[in-house]
Parts: sequence; structure tokens; C-alpha cells
Amino acid sequence: MLSKKIANSELAIMLIFSAVVLTMPIWLAPIGAGYPDLLQKFAIFGLFAIGYNILFGMTGYLSFGHAAFLGVGSYAAVWSFKLLTMNVLPAVLFGVLFSGAFAFLIGYVSLRRSGIYFSILTLAFAQMSYNLAYSVLTPITNGETGLQLTNKDPRIIDSLLSSEPVIGLPSTVLFGIKMSGYSGFYFCAVVLILGFFIALRISRSPFGLVLKGIKSNQTRMKFTGFNTRPYMITAFVISGMYAGLAGSLMAVTDPLAGAERMQWTASGEVVLMTILGGVGTLIGPVLGAGLIKYFENIFSAFNDRALHELFAFLPDGVENLFVTIVSPFVGEGWHLTLGVLFMIIIVFLPGGIIQGIERINNRFFKKSSSAKSDSNES
Amino acid sequence: MDAIFLQILNGLDKGGAYALIALGLTLAFGTLGIVNFAHGALFMLGAFCAVSIQALLTHSKKVKDESITFFDAYKEQPYLEIWWGDLGTTIIDYAVPISILAAIPIMLLIGLSMERGLIRFFYKRTHAEQILVTFGLAIVIQELIKANFGSNPIPTPAPDVVSGSANIGSALGLSDSIVYPWWRLIYLAFSVIILAAVFAFLQFTTFGMVVRAGMHDRDMVNLLGIDVEKKFTIVFGLAAVVAGLAGVMYAPILPPDYHIGMDFLVLSFVVVVVGGMGSLGGAVAAGFLLGILQSFASMNEVKSLFPGIDQIIIYLVAVVILLVRPRGLMGRKGVMEE
Amino acid sequence: MKETNISRRSVLKGTAALGLAGTAPMFFVRNASAAGYLNDPGSASSVTLGFNVPQTGAYADEGADELRAYELAVSHLNGEGDGGMMNTMKPLSLKGNGILGKKVEYVTGDTQTKSDAARASAKRMIEKDGAVMITGGSSSGVAIAVQGLCQEAGVIFMAGLTHSNDTTGKDKRRNGFRHFFNGYMSGAALGPVLEKAYGTERNAYHLTADYTWGWTQEASIKASTENIGWNTSNTVKTPVGAGDFSQYITPVLNSGADTLILNHYGKDMINSLTQAVQFGLRDKNVNGKDFVIIVPLYSRLMAQGAGEAVKGIFGSTNWHWSLADEGSKAFVKSFGEAYGFPPSQAAHTCYVQALLYADACERAGTFMPCEVVNALEGHKFDGMGNGPTEYRAEDHQCFKDVLVVKGKDNPSSQFDVLEVVEVTPRAQVEYAPDNEFFAGGDLGPCNNGAA
Repeated sequence: MLSKKIANSELAIMLIFSAVVLTMPIWLAPIGAGYPDLLQKFAIFGLFAIGYNILFGMTGYLSFGHAAFLGVGSYAAVWSFKLLTMNVLPAVLFGVLFSGAFAFLIGYVSLRRSGIYFSILTLAFAQMSYNLAYSVLTPITNGETGLQLTNKDPRIIDSLLSSEPVIGLPSTVLFGIKMSGYSGFYFCAVVLILGFFIALRISRSPFGLVLKGIKSNQTRMKFTGFNTRPYMITAFVISGMYAGLAGSLMAVTDPLAGAERMQWTASGEVVLMTILGGVGTLIGPVLGAGLIKYFENIFSAFNDRALHELFAFLPDGVENLFVTIVSPFVGEGWHLTLGVLFMIIIVFLPGGIIQGIERINNRFFKKSSSAKSDSNES
Repeated sequence: MDAIFLQILNGLDKGGAYALIALGLTLAFGTLGIVNFAHGALFMLGAFCAVSIQALLTHSKKVKDESITFFDAYKEQPYLEIWWGDLGTTIIDYAVPISILAAIPIMLLIGLSMERGLIRFFYKRTHAEQILVTFGLAIVIQELIKANFGSNPIPTPAPDVVSGSANIGSALGLSDSIVYPWWRLIYLAFSVIILAAVFAFLQFTTFGMVVRAGMHDRDMVNLLGIDVEKKFTIVFGLAAVVAGLAGVMYAPILPPDYHIGMDFLVLSFVVVVVGGMGSLGGAVAAGFLLGILQSFASMNEVKSLFPGIDQIIIYLVAVVILLVRPRGLMGRKGVMEE
Repeated sequence: MKETNISRRSVLKGTAALGLAGTAPMFFVRNASAAGYLNDPGSASSVTLGFNVPQTGAYADEGADELRAYELAVSHLNGEGDGGMMNTMKPLSLKGNGILGKKVEYVTGDTQTKSDAARASAKRMIEKDGAVMITGGSSSGVAIAVQGLCQEAGVIFMAGLTHSNDTTGKDKRRNGFRHFFNGYMSGAALGPVLEKAYGTERNAYHLTADYTWGWTQEASIKASTENIGWNTSNTVKTPVGAGDFSQYITPVLNSGADTLILNHYGKDMINSLTQAVQFGLRDKNVNGKDFVIIVPLYSRLMAQGAGEAVKGIFGSTNWHWSLADEGSKAFVKSFGEAYGFPPSQAAHTCYVQALLYADACERAGTFMPCEVVNALEGHKFDGMGNGPTEYRAEDHQCFKDVLVVKGKDNPSSQFDVLEVVEVTPRAQVEYAPDNEFFAGGDLGPCNNGAA
């Protein structure tokens, strides 16, 4: 009874979550993921997926256009670096504000429909944004090449504060701390922890209850005279702001914004992350995001030579056999592994990774509890 | 005037392709309630039926080019040509039409095994899960094709007699400059015939009647002692055949590569949804509508008025239609609106 | 409730601080070891290069060919195999014992032909695997994005296949180098050949991929064809990856144009060319002239995808395996013997870039980026397949001869798709660094990446 209470208390959840996130550089190093860029991606896409889950997991509305908000957040942040200052706080603020406003516009229209009609509306808006950003809107987005910093950027605030000429391109900073490498990761990690905390509070608030009510039966709620629309729009905007936050963090750690961030495949990716991890759970989407990014960055990097090194401890014949078996699934074949993984998880674990963990946990917990009762009796 | 005539023709032609691809998708949804993200992969497999048949027919005797020393370069002559002379050449020339015959049983088999092996376990699962598992399947199929055929497009030309353009203008007594590729005209005719055949099949056969009844009220038909599931499995196979044929016929227009299905996936979903989920007529109407609008949006006169309109027209139309007509052009109330 | 709130916050802060404190030493240790320049191999017995190529997506075959070339280059650098172009390269400082006596190791990554993925993969190679140089790429957007990243991080970037003027123009960087030719050079080389073949009175219609590379090529080709007296009847932008281009081709039929210029690459090129031929454009006769199609940037791998449609169509290319100079022969020999087919132009440019980088390190006596930059800037070399070549100091673009090619009518083998029509001498394709198509960029200072 007591242990259950502790497990459910927010304090415990937040403590464990923060500890796990902040120590990622240590415990991810043995599996080859302990380097800044991937750690940043884990935090950023974890945040993106948490936000997406607020919409999809809580209300059941499947948006296929969230990548557009990510893109808007990135563009806004890079423009803030170009026009105002290299300090990251205004960039993040603008990223969240712009994507929030954009999400309000799209949400206001799209939420007039539900089901797959809603999905296609969001998809259509996102694809329009992507196509235009890639071509006609190039003056704003720099098209295919992506929006980058240049030496000619005005950076009004920075130039007011200091008259020293900058040599080369400046870095993004948080009051003097460079936001690349590990410091960039810790910044993202702190934002992720905050974002997780907010999501936790939302899911346990009356607002969260309304959203869950919409998921289980919207019609009934409407019949009781409850106007669900403002709640839906709020949820949509919040999750859009999370996406914008993630997008601006991408620009913070790497000041470049490309149009392909807004493509439908990018929107699809966050859906996959959420479902793979476990829809409607708080931690699941973060796990799913981590898994997909790990595959993309680590599995794609194995080449035959690396495989031979990996299996070098085996006798030659066996080594070659293993390399032959494994090599279609790594390097240029990493997509294949991902596809197989999707299918396996969905077929056997509809609740995603979280369900898998729960199953293991249950078995383990049951055993240990029975063991405990045994010891009590003796 | 000529330009407008050509763009209408072009729009119909595009629309035929869209309708054909969307038809199978909406058929699978209307009967089995499955949102099939692997539908594009079926289209792609159809195109690769043509590629494989062509490769089979052009299996060649290789004569090494002796002037090249560091690697083996061959001058190839297909065995069919060696054995049968001109007849062999003609058979090779007709590789794509021959593939149509081959594709029907192959695609039917693929469709049935896909339904029995995977899809049927997902009838009762959420749409999101259906999307994920079929998307995973699509990736797997794609990667297998890529591993075998590489990622570059493979040319699969139409038969020589229809590889050029038809001078429709002079045939209709209009301007001489109205020409249109034979193969595209054939594609248009082909898609109309296939669409008509599928409709006739559903409308006039007992099987079709049961299927339609099942689409309307599955439980009721089940209660009548008819095994609807079995019928629906066959319908899924039929959907796969339609997608595959669309792919075979498209191969001369767009040299196929492993990604060709994914490129059509989003578009075909937009077509299906604009038409109304599960509505066959809607899919066809939406296909032609979007095809024609896309053609017109690409005209230079329109583009100069609205820069970039050709990039977004499909999505723009989708948004407008879904806002004006909530369930798409011909969708039934309550379908996929939960 | 309120009390727990407060305590939670303070505890949270505590954990955050703890976490930071716990891992902070790692962060500083990393930097401390990197005194001098980023990823200094120091006294290690090997040095790591990063090969960043598209392994998935539309350019995967091209990427696979680039990777083959890099693997070949590594084995030659390490003194394995027949040495390839190391036998023909002049001047040569390499000794076949790795670079500066260190064995060459490599890591690979997948760009997916997306800027974000390419930068993530380059960052992994720099941050995790300790690569001192990144090379590769099969699209200009990716090349420019990765070039920017390498500049910021402080490693050398040797661009692979990138044809946009911007790579060494508007977006040039001190740490980045390009061996491949560009849109301007294509235009300059094609102009005279087109004049000879098709005369001075032509009416050209452009279909252009609607993104930066397409625009720069369109502008370059337009300028050079107008220079020989051609009129430009229209320039139409097409969406990237449109697949079906028929709605853009039908207006050409009635436009009165007698020449179609396809500023497309990769799949777009294959599709638009195949479809243009289906529309009977090549059988057309306008104002007494035969209608012609031109594809300014050719690649053999892509041309194979268009099949019969390429026959007789002019274009330009950086290199072709049928060239008979010593360098090309040596490369084709070692590549062909290793893999059983000839290298593509993408493979060639990547192989040459890897060797040029290694040679520059050898000459500089260090892997330090700024020293390598000095060694490469203004470097003149020969024997690498393109005749005498210079890495111009002002913009880090290689200046060399350009090949004008034509789709072959009677191929003698499956690889014999293109024939070389003319080798345009370097002088004809050269331009001033401040040329209007390349203006607006700044190399900036070089970056060693040391903290």
C-alpha cells in the first residue's frame, strides 16, 4: 500500500525521471549513444513526443501534421538568432509563441472535423507548409539549403551590447555558456524535465480529465451540454507549442532549420514514436523517441568493417556467417530493421514498450511479492 | 483553347490513375475497415511485376566487350531474339502488356496472403495500430525490393507502336498541335474499364451483392449464415489486384523504383478521404476532380497569378472540401468520425 | 499539498545540480584532451575519416558507389591494393603508409539526403568517433548544410557530388572544399557545343526543379544560351519529386519553343525526360527545326534509368570512366577489378577528394584544419582524371576541364551510355571569384575547433 503511494507520487516520479535523464551521458555510453548530439536528440524528440501525446494520447485525435509546428519553431528560433541575439532564451520563447499561434490557426480549422478527416486536414496543412517552405517561401526559409546563420546577420541586441567584431560565426549561448556539446544537452534535458512535469500536471488536472472524457466518448459529453471544442483547441495548441519548443531546441543546439523537418514523414515519425513507446502513457513516448533516434543514428552507422570488429571474438567461419546474417539489417538496411520492429511491437505488444515493461514487471513483481509473503510467514 | 483542351485531357489521365489507386484503398476500408498504409507498396509491387517480367523476357546471352579490360562489360542479346528472331523481339517489346496477365494471379496471391497472414489479426484493433503495422509492412516490402533491384529507377518502356504520341487534334478536326502520348490514352481507357468492371462486379453479381450488404451491416449478413469474412478476404485480394494493375500500367510512364508506392501513398489517402472514406464512387469522383484541378493549377497563367499554387492545390482542395462537406464528397455519416 | 510542492521543487533543483555536478567532469576532460585542434589523433597509431553518404532514399545507389570509392581510397592510402591514382597523382607526397604514418580508419553514416539527418550523422562521426575530416554527399542542400556544420565544429569538409553554384559561392566556407564542377561551368561548357550542334537561333523552354540547385543551374544555362543568341521562351518551376510531369510538358507543345532544357537531377530527371519523349517532343518539328531536349547535368547512373530516352541528348558531366588519361585508367582499373563495374562520376569525385585531403595533410605535416586549408588553397595538381587542376584559394572550387557528353546511340555494353563529345578546356569555364552567380559569400576564417 505504502509503496504504491510512493510510486504514484509526483515527487517520486519527477525524482526518478530527472535522475535518469540527467545521467544519460553515463548509462548510455556503453551502448554507443553517449555523445552530445544524440543525447540532445533524445531530449528534443522526447519532448516532441510528450507534447504529441497530450493531443493523441489523451484525446485520441490523430494529427498527421505536427512536424509543421516543429518546423515553425525552428525557423522562428533561427530568425531570432539572426535578427536579435544569440542568446537562446528569446529564440525558445519565439519558437514556442509562433508555433503556438500557428497551431491555433490550424487547430481552429482542423478541429471542426474528427476521425480520419481531422488527420487528413492536419496532414494537408503540414504538406502545404512543407511544399511552400521548400520553394516559394525560400526568402524566409532559404528553401532546400535551410536557414543558416551568416556573418551579415544584424543581431541587433548583440551589436548594441558589444561592439567587438565577432570572428567567424557566433555560437548560440545561454548567458555566456555555449549551447553546443554537453552543455547543450543539459539545457535540453532540463527543458525536457520541465516539459515532462507540465505534462504530468496536465494529465492529472481537471483539464486532463476532460480530455480523457473526450477520448472515451465525445458525443456523450456533448449531450450533457459540455462544450468540448475550447478544450480540444487548447490541447492542440499546447501540443503544438511542445513541438515548437522541440523545434527551437533543435535550432539552439544546431542553428539551422530545413524544410524537410515539416514533411509528412517527419509527422509520421512522431506518431510512430508515441505508439511504439505506448500511447497515453507519460514515459512511453519518450522511450519510443529514444528508440527510433537510436536506430537512425547507431544502426545506420554499422558497415561491414565495423561488423567484423564486433564479431571478431568468434572463429573466422562463424564470424563471417554472423556478418552475412546481420549486415542486411544495419547500415543501408536500417530501415528494414525499423519496419520489422514496428510490426513485431504492434503485433505482440499493442501497448508499446511500456506494455512490455509492465508485463515483465508484473511477472517479476508477482514472484517477488509471493516470495515476500513466504518470508513473512516463516 | 488548345492548351485548355490538353490540360483537361491531362487531368482526366491523372485522375484515372488517382482513382485506380484510391479504389483499392477504399475497397479495403469499406469492407474490412482496414486503413492500409501498405497499399502504396502493392502498387509498387505491381510495377515491379512489369520490371521482373521484362527482366525475364530479356534474359540475355552476354558477349563480353573485349576492349574493356578491368571489369566485365557485356553487349547483351536476349535469348528470345536469338531463338525466335523477330517474334522474340516483338514479345520483349510487349513485356508490359504481358505483365498484366502475370500480375493478376501474383497480386491476388500477395493480397490474399497479406490479409490471411497479417491484416485479419487487426480487424478489431485501432486505426492507429493498423496504420503502424501496415506502414511497417510497407517499409519491409520496400527494403526487400531495394535489396534486389537497387534504388535507381528501372526503365520499362511501353510497346514500340504506342511509345509515341497520338495526333488527336487532327483526328478531331482541331488544331494540329494537340498531341497526346498513346500510352497515357491507353492508361485512361484502361482505368475506366477497370473501374467499370469493379463496379459491375459489385453491382450485378451475387458475390458483389453480399459484399455490399456486408459493407452496410456486417453483423446482419453474418446472422444470415453467410461467411462475410471469407468474401471480404477475396475483396482484399481484389483490391491488391487493382493496385497492382495500376502499378504495371504506370511503369512506362514513371520508371519504377522501390519508393514509388510511398510517393503515391499520401496522395491516394487524400483522394480517398476527399471522396469519403469507404465510398467507391467518391474515390473515383475525387480522383478525377483532383487530377483536373492539379493540371489546371500547373498552367503558367495560373501559376503567375498564384505562385506555388501547383505545389499545394491537392491539399488546398482537400481542406476546402472537408470543411464544406464534412464527410467528403460521398462519405456516409459516422464513418471514421469517432 | 503546498508543502510537498515546495519541497519537491527544492529537491528537484538539488537533483538537477547533482546530475550536472556528477557529469560535468566528463565534459571538461573531453575538451582538455582536445588542446590544439579538434579530434587531434595525437600519438595514436591511426586516424579516422568520416564518410557521410546517402544510404537510403533516392540517391542510395549513388551513395553506395561513393562508399565503394572511399573504401578503395582508404586501402590505397594504407598501401594496400594496386595504389590506383596514387601512381599517377602529381605532385604526390603520400607514401602508402596511411597519412603521416598513421593508418587510415573510417566510419560511415547515412545522410538520407536530408540536411538534418546528414548533420546528425556528421556530428556523430565528429563527437563520438573522432573524425578529423568529413566527406561525401549527393545533393547540394545536404553538402551546404554539412559544410556549415564542419565549419562550426572545426573539421575539414571535402564535398562529394554537389553541383549548385552556392556550395562555393554564396555558402562557401573556409573549412569546405569542392572538387566537383558547378552549374555555371555546365553552362559555359555547353554553350559552344550547343551553338555548333543547334545553331544560334533557338527558342528555349526551361523546366526547373523548384529549389536552390535548380534555380542556380537555370540561371547559369539561361545566361550561357542567351549568350550564343538563343531566346528563352519560358522558365517553369516544377515541384521536387513531382513524379508525373505531364501537366508541365503539355504547355511546351504549344509554346512555340523548339528546345526543352530540363534542369532536373536524379529521379526528377529520369521522369521528366522519359515523359517528354513520350509526348513526342523529339519527333516534333517547330518552325522548320527539329525539337531538341537538353539535360545540363548528366550522371551515368541516372541516365541508365531513363533507358532509350537519353540517346542523342546533350549534357555535361564531371568525369566519365571511358576517359583515356593515365589517372582515369588507373582509377577505373582498380575500381573495376575490385567491384566488377566502372565507377560513376560520384565515385570519382569522392575518391579524388579523399586522396587530395590525405596529400594535403602529408604536405602540411599535421591534421590541423587550418594548416590543411593552407596546403589545399591554391594547390595545383594533375593526373587525377581531369587534367591540370587547381583548388582556387578565393573560393575553394576546383578549376579543371569539363566534359560535354551525349547519350550514346549505339551502346556497346550496359555501361556504355554516354559518349564524350568534347573536353571543354579549363580557361573556357573559369570565372572571377566575384562573378554575379557566386557573389554574396564569404569564406570567413578557418576553424580548428579547439576550445
